[in-house]
Amino acid sequence: MTADHLPAPAPERTPETGKFWDATTEGRLLLARCDRCDAVIWYPKTYCSECGGLSVSWIEAAGTGTVYSFTVAHRGPGPFGEAVPYVIAYVELAEGPRVLTNIVGCDPGQVSIGHPVRVVFSDTGQGSALYRFELSTTSPSPGQPDA
Amino acid sequence: MTINARAWIAGVFEHPRREIRDRSIPQLHAEVALGALADAGLDVADVDGYLCDSSAGFGAISMADYLNLRPRYVDSTETGGSSYLVHVGHAAAAIATGRCQVALITMAGLGRSGRAPSARSSGSPEAGFESMWGMSAISGYALAAQRHMFEFGTTSAQLAEVKVAASLHAQHNPHALLRNPVTVEEVLDSPVISSPLHRLDCCVVTDGGGAVLVVSPEVARDLGRRSVKVLGQAEAVKHTGNGRLDLTFTGAAYTGPEAFAQAGVTPADVDYVSLYDSFTITVVQTIEDLGFCEKGAGGRFVLDGALVAPEGRLPFNTDGGGLCNNHPSNRGGMTKIIEAVRQLRGEAHAAVQVPNCEIALAHGTGGSIGTRMGSATLILGREDA
Repeated sequence: MTADHLPAPAPERTPETGKFWDATTEGRLLLARCDRCDAVIWYPKTYCSECGGLSVSWIEAAGTGTVYSFTVAHRGPGPFGEAVPYVIAYVELAEGPRVLTNIVGCDPGQVSIGHPVRVVFSDTGQGSALYRFELSTTSPSPGQPDA
Repeated sequence: MTINARAWIAGVFEHPRREIRDRSIPQLHAEVALGALADAGLDVADVDGYLCDSSAGFGAISMADYLNLRPRYVDSTETGGSSYLVHVGHAAAAIATGRCQVALITMAGLGRSGRAPSARSSGSPEAGFESMWGMSAISGYALAAQRHMFEFGTTSAQLAEVKVAASLHAQHNPHALLRNPVTVEEVLDSPVISSPLHRLDCCVVTDGGGAVLVVSPEVARDLGRRSVKVLGQAEAVKHTGNGRLDLTFTGAAYTGPEAFAQAGVTPADVDYVSLYDSFTITVVQTIEDLGFCEKGAGGRFVLDGALVAPEGRLPFNTDGGGLCNNHPSNRGGMTKIIEAVRQLRGEAHAAVQVPNCEIALAHGTGGSIGTRMGSATLILGREDA
C-alpha cells in the first residue's frame, strides 16, 4: 500500500496557511516558530499561541517522528470508505507537536505506538500535498516507546 | 457566590421515541418543553429563562419565537453533547443572581433519520489540518483508546464490560433502542470499526430529545412535585494544547474537582452516576478523571459488575445510556441529566433504582476525546439531602 492508495482531498486554505501548503508541493513540511519564545506552534498560526507573540517564522521540519497513537479504520467517510483498511495516527514530530495524519506504505498490522516514521507527500492535484508518514526501517527499541 | 442549593430541577422529560420521521426539530423542542412543564406542574407562561442548543435555526431566538416565550435570560452555549449540563449550570447561576425564576432547557435532534445538521468542519480553524485523513467520530475515540491501552494496559474485554452493564440496564427500559443484554464475548466478536473499538463499543444513533426545568427554591417549594437540588456544576474545554495533545485524560479532569468542591462532596459520597458514553472508552477515562479510581485503573475498575445497578460499586446509566437506550442526534448530555433526576426522585425502573439515592453525578462530553472537547460535570442532591 502506498500513499497513492488513499484519497488526497485538498485542505482548506486560509490567508495564514497558504505558505505552509505551497511548501508541501515542493516536498517540504514547514512549522511555525515563535520569534519571541521559540515555541513551535501547531496547527500552524501566524501568531504564537504560547506567548501571544505576533512575530512568527516558518522553519523546515526534519520530517521525522514517532507514532503517538493510531487506529486502523475499517469504515471511512466518503471516498475513504473505498480505501479501508487504512491507518489514522498522531505522529509526534521531532520538533514536538503531535499531528494528525495517515501512516501509509505498509500493512496496517505493522504499525505500533513508538515506531519511528518519516514524512511522505500525497499530491492533492490542487496546489497542495498532504503530509503523510511511512514507517522508518529502524524498529523501535523494545520498552522504549516515544519520549 | 456558589450555586449550591440555590437552584432546583423541578421537571424533566425524555422524548419516548427513538426514530421520528413525522416531526421537525423545532416541534420536538416544543414537545419535550411541554413534557417537562407538565412534569413540574408549570405552564409555558411561567418560563422566564430559556436555554437551548443550536439545532434549530438561530438557537434560542428562533426557538423562543416557536415556543412563544418571553425570556429575561437566554443562552445558546454550544459545546456539543455536553451543552445541556453547561446550560444547567448557567441557568442555576442566573437563578441565583435573580435573572430568572423558571429556566427551560431543551434539546432535540433527528440523527437517526438522517436530518441532523452536518458536522461543522468548514470554517473551523483546525479543519485545514484534520479533515483530510478519513477521520470519523469513532476514529478519534479509537486513537484515545489505543493510547490508553498502551499506557495503562487497558483491554478490549475491560471496555466491553461497560457495554455489558449498559445492556443489563436497558433490558428494563421499554423505550430503549437496544433492549437485549449482551456479553463481553459478543462485544469482542462484533466487527472492529476502528481499532481497537468494535461496533458494540459505540453508542446508538437516535432521534428525539429532552428537556429540563431549573427553578428557584421558592418556585420549587410551591410545587407538588419532588425536585432535586443543584449542588455543583463545572465546565471546561480540553483541546490539543498547541499540538501537545495528551490522549490519556479528558476534560473531566478539569471539571470533576471543581464540581465536587462546589457541591461539598467527594466521589465516595456519590450514589449514582450518569456518565457520557458515546463510546465505552469515554466511560473508562471519565471514571478515572472524576476521581472514582486512580488514573489508568479505569479498565480494572469496571470489572465484576462495578457499574451494574443496584448493587455495583458505582451504578451508572440505569436507563441503558447512550450505548443502548438513547443518544439523540449524537448528543447524550440531556438524557444523562434526566436519568440522574429519576434516580434522585426514586423514579428509575425498580430493577435498577439505587436504594436511598441521595447524591448523583451527571457528566457530559462534547466534540471528541481524540481532539478537543467540551466537558461538564453536574452534581445533584435529593430534595432532603
